[in-house]
Amino acid sequence: MGNVSIHPERTTGVGSGLIAAILSALIMGLGQMVNRQWAKGIIFLIAELVSVYLIITSLANNIWGLITLGDQPSRMEKVGRLYQNVPGDHSIFMMIYGLVALLYIGLLICFYIANIKDAYRIGKKRERGERANTFRQTWKMIGNQGFPYLLLTLPAIGVLVFTIVPIIFMVLMAFTNYSAPDHIPAKNLVDWVGFRTFTNLLTLKSWSHTFIGVLTWTIIWAVVATVTTYFGGILVALLIEQKGIKFKGMWRTLFILPYAIPQFISLLIMRNLLNFQFGPINQYLRMMGLGSVPWLNDPFWAKVTVILVNMWIGIPVSMILVLGVLTAIPRDLYEAAEVDGATGFQKFRNITMPFVLFQTAPILIMQFAGNINNFNVIFLLTNGLPANGDYAFAGSTDLLVTWLYKLTLENQRYNFASAIGIIIFIIIAAFSLYNYRRSRSFKEEDMIQ
Amino acid sequence: MRKQQRVKLVFSYILLVLIAIGCIYPALWIILSSLKEGDSLYSETLIPQKLTLEHYMDLFRSQSDKDLPYLKWYWNTLKIAITSMILGTLFQVLTAYAMSRFRFKGRQTMMSLVLILGMFPGFMSMIAVYVILLQMNLLNSPWALVLVYTSGAALGMFVAKGFFDTIPRALEESALLDGASHFQIFSRIILPLSMPIITYIALTTFAGAWVDFIFARLILRSRENWTLAVGLYELVNTYSSTEFTLFAAGSVLVALPITLLYMFLQRFLVHGLTAGATKG
Repeated sequence: MGNVSIHPERTTGVGSGLIAAILSALIMGLGQMVNRQWAKGIIFLIAELVSVYLIITSLANNIWGLITLGDQPSRMEKVGRLYQNVPGDHSIFMMIYGLVALLYIGLLICFYIANIKDAYRIGKKRERGERANTFRQTWKMIGNQGFPYLLLTLPAIGVLVFTIVPIIFMVLMAFTNYSAPDHIPAKNLVDWVGFRTFTNLLTLKSWSHTFIGVLTWTIIWAVVATVTTYFGGILVALLIEQKGIKFKGMWRTLFILPYAIPQFISLLIMRNLLNFQFGPINQYLRMMGLGSVPWLNDPFWAKVTVILVNMWIGIPVSMILVLGVLTAIPRDLYEAAEVDGATGFQKFRNITMPFVLFQTAPILIMQFAGNINNFNVIFLLTNGLPANGDYAFAGSTDLLVTWLYKLTLENQRYNFASAIGIIIFIIIAAFSLYNYRRSRSFKEEDMIQ
Repeated sequence: MRKQQRVKLVFSYILLVLIAIGCIYPALWIILSSLKEGDSLYSETLIPQKLTLEHYMDLFRSQSDKDLPYLKWYWNTLKIAITSMILGTLFQVLTAYAMSRFRFKGRQTMMSLVLILGMFPGFMSMIAVYVILLQMNLLNSPWALVLVYTSGAALGMFVAKGFFDTIPRALEESALLDGASHFQIFSRIILPLSMPIITYIALTTFAGAWVDFIFARLILRSRENWTLAVGLYELVNTYSSTEFTLFAAGSVLVALPITLLYMFLQRFLVHGLTAGATKG
């Protein structure tokens, strides 16, 4: 930037930075225009005009709607001689509109602050006697330094509309009484109730009983499912990689098959395979004189079954990961051990195992978090059954997620479902945080690199 | 010593064969069931006495007693899965590239946000997405599914980011000195190097759209707009006890493309899984 040329129109005296900033604070774009950046100023000005128009015509109303969630239930009104059904406020739509309005205003504030900062910065630049960028220069700068933002714009909008807004909406829902049978719009209104859903979940007998039961099973399931697939994967991988085993590639390919078949299909197949009366597995057992096993019909056996089937599905993934780690163990470690006269078992205990465990420990915790949310296995295999008469809307094998699904899509207990979703989030967030801390300390240790 | 080793090896082979049978058996059973005569789940023998393609043909011809536009479903699914694969992969790769290669304001915040969003159970937000799509007048449209799948794709960026992080920066720096633009660097240097990970992402996105039955069932209301997964799920709910062999034929046809793709592209799967895991 050596040649700072003085241009009479584009530079000015002392204090113009502040003036431009104040002008921009009053009306967006005004400061930019004083700075002689016409195109930019006009864009800011248009943004302000559009926003003011939107706020007056709808946004203010929408935000008011978010606060009240409507006050007119649908009702019968006398029109002439007849009673007619007059639609009232739809609390849930009002909630989403209000949320979108709030987000728009949040973005507007960011834009507004950026506008003031920009006016101040350019003004200062002009005080120093440099010229402000022309529109074309600004445009080019966006293409260069703003390249990552350019890449991220579309994905960010997508995530905002279809992930962030829905999640905030869902979190808000937990603090309302949006639930069948009495508070389903458009027939009825929905109101804010604070933490009542959470206290109900924990204190009302039928709910708290279900909640404790399902939560306990979810944790047992997540621990057992993770441990079995993880160590199963290690065992299978070691089996293949043993010295003297031929056709290693073939075995690996065969064992990946359960991973390659879409879970959705394989689980539905399993459900039929394990059918109590007609399924081939019980058929074979009967042929061997062992009698039938109530794979999916007995509360205890159903739990065993989902864990066994989950092993079938999950072991291939662990196996692939462990095979990757095994090939990365430096050969010379083993050679050194052999020179020292170590036995095969000693090599396994002191070299292979620590190496594998160390490299895959973070995955273990990730898989644990994944299993807490393992919807497919339970939903497709047992659908939460066998039924449990003591539970509210849940069966014996239901996890928190499948219970949430049933509460939402089958029973319209939206507020309870949201509260459970928030609890799942808290559990997973706690584990992830723990994992993150640990993996950081792992990196600092740098035992293996 | 030698004898002991041989015993161990024989034992290992027996174990390997048993596991292999366990892996193959369910797939083999469903294929054989789909070729079996009659419509019941129960079968006297593993290999049916008489093989028939009747059930596959049933899927593709219109029948008076049930409404199963299987061919239409296949076409719908193909359309949705391919479009989502292209757009979703693009979104995911671009996001990962921006996060891996550039240092800009808000980067850390965005990455933490992606992590946090990933901790919410996915379909918890389904009701809200449903209302939003209703307002956009997109319910029952296959494009709604594409839109939602693509919008969520950026959240899976960590696998690709982990991969991009391993590409040495010196490559781009020298290209920058030679006057290449960011876009040229991405398309000429980064993309060719990233083909394995892109294959992995494309494959998993495709498979994800192919098998989704939860969200698709919520959005696609009319029967002729359904995808295979929705149709098959319906098939199970209504016909699985009465016409098991028909379900078997249907599921073989749904699973086949994905299974074959996965088996042939195994190498890339291993690549993706390991990249995602070690950089998690």
